[in-house]
Amino acid sequence: MKLAGLLTPQFWVFWIFSSAAVAGAAGVVGNVRNPINSALSLVVSMLALAGLYVLLEAQFVGLIQVMVYAGAIVVLFLFVIMLLNLRGSGASGAELQPLTKLVGTGLVVLGTLFLVRVLATGRAPWPDVDPSYGTTRAIGEALYSDYVLSVQVAGVLLLAGILAAVVLAKKKVD
Amino acid sequence: MGDISPFQFQVVAALIFMIGVVGVLIRRNMIVMFMCIELMLNAANLSLVAFSREIGDDQGQILAFMVMVVAAVEVAVGLAIIISLVRNRDTVNIEDASQMKW
Repeated sequence: MKLAGLLTPQFWVFWIFSSAAVAGAAGVVGNVRNPINSALSLVVSMLALAGLYVLLEAQFVGLIQVMVYAGAIVVLFLFVIMLLNLRGSGASGAELQPLTKLVGTGLVVLGTLFLVRVLATGRAPWPDVDPSYGTTRAIGEALYSDYVLSVQVAGVLLLAGILAAVVLAKKKVD
Repeated sequence: MGDISPFQFQVVAALIFMIGVVGVLIRRNMIVMFMCIELMLNAANLSLVAFSREIGDDQGQILAFMVMVVAAVEVAVGLAIIISLVRNRDTVNIEDASQMKW
């Protein structure tokens, strides 16, 4: 690697955010004591991924990542964990025996090596994109012209999801 | 973009995806397993956005947006299922929800 490459800000942004994303993901799995710690690790991972999206010039996706994932989904997780008060229900603890830990780590290493081997073929340099690439305007125009049917289907899906969540969480089922 | 290659983004996505897979396999807390599924969806999104940038087209970003919509719906429904399970069984251990296992 050339020394000039080490001095670009993108290089540092990439390494900082990708290590934060992977460390946050590991924190979700490795936190055996309290699910709230897992949820907070998930926030770290999501925010770091938003940084990587911005680095990839996908500003709109990065913004939605912060608002939907870090802002809504993780808050929903935290609400449920606190609502259920899982500390006393004996759900955590006594999982993750040393053997499972070993098998899990081995699986991560082997799986990643396999995927890297598969992905290593056919790498290309970054093409130049025009300044409107990935902006809210460009994505919005594409969504409401070429992909308008997908947007409609997404709306119906969200409505079905709202109704299903209300019905399922409402009262005791027999 | 400096010395970062598209390949490196795919490696990060692969790592996060594998951590999610292992989390689903070795954890027994339903909520944590659910978070690991979210991790896998996020890894797929990162892969989509990186490939999208690599070919200079924004279709991958639109697909990533749709994945986020599905993930949001999935979280709402899944957490509702977990809430009703906890109300009925008073546990979030996946081993206790074995009614459909044979």
